[in-house]
Order: sequence, then C-alpha cells, then structure tokens
Amino acid sequence: MQLTYTDKQTAFRAEARAWLEANVPSKPLASYDTREGFEEHRAWERKLYDSRWSMVMWPEHLGGRGCDLIEWLIFEEEYYAVNAPMRVNQNGQLLLGPTLMEFGTEAQKQHFLPRIASSEDMWAQGWSEPNAGSDMAAIRSKAVRDGDHYVVSGQKTWSTRASFADWTFGLFRSEPNSQRHHGLTYLMVPLNSPGVTIRPIKALNGKEAFAEIFFDEVRVPVENRIGAEGQGWNVAMATAGFERGLLLRSPARFQHTAKRLIELFKANPEVAARDPGLRDAVVESWMGAQAYAYSSYHTVGLVQKGGKVGAEASVNKIVWSELDLKMHETAMRILGARGELRGSAPEAVDGGSWLEGFLFAQAGPIYAGTNEIQRNIIAERMLGLPKA
Amino acid sequence: MDFTFTEDQLAFREAISRFLMTEAPPETLREIWETEDGRSPEMRRKMAEQGLTALSVPEAQGGLGMDDVAWSLLTQELGYYAIADSMADTAYVATGLLTALPESTDLRDELLARIVDGDVRIAVGHPVNPLVADVHLADVVLQAHQDEIHALKREHVSFERNPSIDSSRRLSRVSFQPSDATRLVGAEQGSAIWDQTLNRGALAVAGQSLGLAQRMLDLSVDYAVQRKQFGKAIGSFQAVKHKLADVAGKIEFAKPVLYRAAHALANNEPTAALNVSHAKLACCEAAWVAARHGIQVHGAMGYTWEVDLQMFMKRAWALDSSWGDRAFHTSRVAEAVLAADAPIGPHHSFGATHA
Ligand SMILES: Cc1cc2nc3c(=O)[nH]c(=O)nc-3n(C[C@H](O)[C@H](O)[C@H](O)COP(=O)(O)OP(=O)(O)OC[C@H]3O[C@@H](n4cnc5c(N)ncnc54)[C@H](O)[C@@H]3O)c2cc1C
Repeated sequence: MQLTYTDKQTAFRAEARAWLEANVPSKPLASYDTREGFEEHRAWERKLYDSRWSMVMWPEHLGGRGCDLIEWLIFEEEYYAVNAPMRVNQNGQLLLGPTLMEFGTEAQKQHFLPRIASSEDMWAQGWSEPNAGSDMAAIRSKAVRDGDHYVVSGQKTWSTRASFADWTFGLFRSEPNSQRHHGLTYLMVPLNSPGVTIRPIKALNGKEAFAEIFFDEVRVPVENRIGAEGQGWNVAMATAGFERGLLLRSPARFQHTAKRLIELFKANPEVAARDPGLRDAVVESWMGAQAYAYSSYHTVGLVQKGGKVGAEASVNKIVWSELDLKMHETAMRILGARGELRGSAPEAVDGGSWLEGFLFAQAGPIYAGTNEIQRNIIAERMLGLPKA
Repeated sequence: MDFTFTEDQLAFREAISRFLMTEAPPETLREIWETEDGRSPEMRRKMAEQGLTALSVPEAQGGLGMDDVAWSLLTQELGYYAIADSMADTAYVATGLLTALPESTDLRDELLARIVDGDVRIAVGHPVNPLVADVHLADVVLQAHQDEIHALKREHVSFERNPSIDSSRRLSRVSFQPSDATRLVGAEQGSAIWDQTLNRGALAVAGQSLGLAQRMLDLSVDYAVQRKQFGKAIGSFQAVKHKLADVAGKIEFAKPVLYRAAHALANNEPTAALNVSHAKLACCEAAWVAARHGIQVHGAMGYTWEVDLQMFMKRAWALDSSWGDRAFHTSRVAEAVLAADAPIGPHHSFGATHA
C-alpha cells in the first residue's frame, strides 16, 4: 500500500488543473435538458476533445491520452473541483465506447469512437420499453432481417436526452418467437432515419430530460449491429456493467457535493442550532463520499493488478445513489423555506442548484437498474442466495 | 499510488485464518467462555507458537515489525473468530504503546521480548475505556494516571469485575497506587503515546467489528439457504435477500475506510485521528447492521443462546463503544471536517500528498 502520488501523476494533475482553470466556462452553461444547453455542452465537449481532455483514458490515436485509471480519478478530481460542466455524452463516452472497444468490428471502432470522443455524435440509450423496465428481457421491439438491413419496429421509452441526440443504441427482438434474453440483437440506430418519431417526456423539473422513441419500419444496415445476431443480451450486460461500475459516477462528484454541503451548513449556523441532527447528517455525508472515494481507489488498485469488477458494481450503484439522495435531502433541510425556490427566484440560494440536484437525486435509485434489482443481483451473485 | 495489499500481507491473513478456523471453532469458544476466567492458556500458547504475538513487535526486538496496514487485515480475522480482547491488546495495542516509549524506558525491551515469546498478557487501561479488559489474567497492566503511563503487575492493582452480556468480554474497574516505581514515562511524553494508543485501540476494534460483520453475514447466508418455509429456502424471498444485500454493502464500503485509516496511522499522517474515527464508525455500523439483520433472518433461532450467531452479535454490540463510543468518534470527525481550514473536497482523499 503506497498512498502517495508519483511525480508523473502529480505532473498530470498540474497539467489538467492548469488547462481546466484556463478553459472552464466562466458562466454555468444552460441545462443540457434544453436544445440550447445541449448545444452549449456539445461545444464544451468539442473544446475538451481538441485539447485531448475529452476521453483521457482512450488511446492517443482516438484523441485520448492513454491514461490509466488512477490518472482518470485525478482528472475527475480536478474536473469537479473547478465546477466544470456536467458531461452531456456519457451514454456514448462511458457506455457505448467501451462496448464497441470490446465487441465492435474494426470498421465500427474506426468510424464511431473518434466521433464519440468529440461528441460529433451524441448518443441516447434505448433499452427500456413501456412493458420492459426492470424486466428488460421482456423487450418486444422487433428487428426483422431483410437482406443487408434490419427492419425495426416498436417503441422505446425513458431514453435520456433522446430529444436532442443523434443516435440510439439498444436491444431489439430479432427472432420472432424467442423468449426472454434469447434472440435479441444489439443495434445502433440513427435518430434521423425515416420512420423514427421522438416524443419528448418532461421530467420533474419540467424539462425534456427524456423521450419516447417510436420505430416504424426503420431500415438499419446490418453493419450497425454489435456482436452476433441474437446474441445482444451478453453485449448489453457488459454495457450495463459499465453503467453501474466504476466509470459512470466518479467519486469526485460526490466529494465535491459533500464539500459544498459543508460550506452550506457552516454558512447557516442558525439552522444548525434549531436542528441538532443536521451536524450528524452533514458529517455522515462527508464520510459517505470519502468512503466511496477510498473504495474507488481500492477497486482501481485491484483492477490494475488484474482483478475484475463483478457484482460489486451493484453495491457501488446503491451506494452512490443513496449517498446523493442523502446529501441533497440534508441540503434541503438546511435551506428550509428557501429550498423550494426555482433558480429564477430572486431569493434562490446558489442559483437553485440544490433543488435541481435534489430532483435529479430522486432518479438515482431508479435509473441504471433500480436499487431493488441491484439488491437482487448482490444477493444472488455475490452471496449465492437462491433465485425466487 | 497503490491502494492494495502485498502478497505477503494477504498470505499472513490467510495463514492466521486457517489456523483460527481449526483452533477456535464456536464449540471450543463456548467451552472456554463458560469457565471462570473465560480464557484458555492452551489456545493462548498455540497462538503464540504461531507467532501471532510477535507480529507487530519491531524486528530489532525479535518480532516481524508488521505495521497497522497489515493489522487491518489480521484484526479482521481476530474478529471473525471472536478471539478475546487480550490478544489484540497484547499483540497490537500494547506492543504499539511499548514501541513508542523512549528506548531507555525500563521494562520496554523486556516486555517486548516477552511478547515475542508469547509468555505475557498485557491489559491496557486507557482513559477512554471506563473499564479495562482482561485485567484478571494480565501479567502486566499498562495503566494511565492522568497522562502518565504506569506499568503494574496484576498483584499491584485492585480490580472489581463487571460482567458483560458478551461472554467473551471480561471487564474490570481498576484502582491502583501510582508511584515513581510504577511510572514508565511522565505526562509530557505519555500524552502523545496515549493518543496514538487510542487510535490503535479504535482501529483494532474497527477491524474486529468488520470481521464480526462478515461472520454474521456468512452465518445468516448459510441459514437462509438451509431453512425452508412455504416449501422454499427463505433466502429466495426478496425481503430476506435485500437485508443481506444491505449487510454486504455496508461491509464492502467499510473495508477501504479501515485500510485508509491504517495507512494514515502507520505513516503518522496529520489526518490519522479523523481517519481512525471514520473507520471505527463505519465498521461498527456494519457490524450492528449485520447483527440486526442477522437476528431477523434467523427468526426465533436468532433469539437463542443455542445458535452461534449470538456469540458474534453480542461481541459486536459490546465493541461498538469500546475504545471510544459513537459520540466520541462522531465528534472527532465533526470537529475535523467542520474546522475552518479542513482539507475537504475531491483533492483530499489522501492528505496533503500533492500540491
Ligand atoms: C432519469 C432517468 C433516466 C433514464 N434514462 C434511461 C435511458 O436513457 N434509457 C433507458 O433505456 N432507460 C432509462 N431510464 C429508465 C430506467 O432504466 C427504468 O426506469 C428502470 O429500469 C425501472 O423500470 P420501470 O421504470 O419500468 O419501473 P418498473 O420496472 O415498473 O418498477 C417499478 C418498481 O417496482 C420495482 N420492481 C420491479 N421489479 C422488481 C423485482 N423483480 N424485485 C423488486 N422490485 C421490483 C422497481 O424496483 C421499482 O421500484 C431512465 C430512468 C430515469 C428515471
């Protein structure tokens, strides 16, 4: 165990910090759940990419820096410390990217990966359907083979930022009478294809955070398939693993929130006097964020020695989502009557960002597989308890 | 940056675990705990022969010089097999205390040598613990008097036993007559050593609690797989599954906190007290959740003396407030985290190790 950074890591941190401090937008960007904000974020992604800070772990020929996982953690620490914009293309960068690297053809990698790194293509995830949420193997949207195309029909839902994205990836049933996770094919579909209709869904904050996608005989070239026909489930499980595992929620994000929470608490001593329980809630938030960071560094160490992240990814997902809720609930308790104010209210604290965060935190235990589903996975795969 | 253990450290843990698995099964512990003293000289001798007592004694004194980081693994094994307090106190806590004394201190090297040989039990009377564990059998009691450190033979202290719900715990109220002859060091030197000893004691409890939590989880999983109701293993019911999944989560996320604290202590980092308190809270919480969910999953069996769960559960309850109760450790964390110049935020997982 050696918990100091190497000279190389320290130099990398300094380089990242210098670039970020010089380049982070001085005003917060508009919400990426609006068309305008989405494009502002795309421009920011482009700026990151042009200086090779978009995907630091990707190899240099894809516009990355070939960083290892520790350097990635360092980069994230610097990124959150300067309040840099949220990353708008996580679906492409953190989920599809690694999936393509593992399962894609050479041609797919060469075409898509650089465009993902630069956010030239923005991606939406298309897994959920109206009757296939937790039970994702109940997917009914079809992909019927027709020569060198699939003809896709059906409906996806809850697809984050699909209103503005360029492409979606997801699973479609390619064998007509197949059951459950058999006979599913993993496809990438351009959202401007004829036959695609997008109907935005407003989230709690009133913005078009997600959408339904309707497919009406959409023709998708066979070369847009990842993995073999009918074998999409295994590929999708790998994508889901990336989503719950290490990369989706870097610990710096929660450490930064914990730090802001401590500042908020200290700035409001009169509330602390009225509600003595707040001190403990704040302290627990810090401890939770810290534990999550230690755990990430620990896991990264194990991975670098050849270990694999298995069902532990599900523990991770529960921890960050519940921690995020706890921190924002605590912030709302501190804000009291000011908590309900929208960002546009003259008396809103911190531009209403705690309220936005509080609303979004409600989704954490639901998306990326609900926490109930994660607990099932832990019980069955980590503890070996029998299936129902 | 490498937040993992060496092959050697892991191998030691494995060896200790295998040894305790055969030597300290619950049946044996029950027999031992039912005796008046609650301790077995024979088990004690075997552990010393395995070298367990010598592990943290510095190499210069004939030991293996293992640091807090290695002990964060070993104490988990002591917890998993519910090994009595005197082992952690002698082999880890007292050893650390003695090692921290100035080299010229009377008794220092003599006691360290006897610890290596395994022929001395040491009880540690730290002011944070109102009652001292295992005085009734200790050869030597290292006792605080204000900040001074005194070394006393058992004959020179009077003690009154206070039975605990945890049959493995043997606690006593200690009184003694401090004198120049018993004083190892004065208050000036003693104060820093007692602080460090508190951190070691708390870290040892944290490690043991995590081991206890793992044991209770394993026992509960075994039970949930075997016990059938409504024609099925109860472990297939989701309400049961989710409770056990939560225990697994608590354990998983307390571990790295323990390791972080061990590293801070081993390297005298300025945040060591904060890290140790965090570890103590996280590990004890994991143990309490493991106990609460464990007893529920075991149904009425969980409320009995007969099922082994109770041995580990009671120990988890008891250790929660030894070496500093929750209020103590929460306050230490609060003080550090809410301080005006506290190093908090994403840059500060590992102290001031970088610009
Ligand atoms: C902000 C947000 C963004 C999202 N983004 C996307 C996206 O980009 N792409 C996409 O495809 N999907 C996305 N989703 C959808 C998300 O993956 C689903 O909401 C989730 O999988 C749950 O499915 P459901 O909503 O149909 O709930 P249901 O499956 O109907 O579940 C309802 C409740 O029942 C519980 N439940 C169901 N089955 C079980 C079981 N076996 N055991 C115990 N409890 C159970 C659930 O845990 C939940 O509490 C997003 C959701 C949110 C909130």
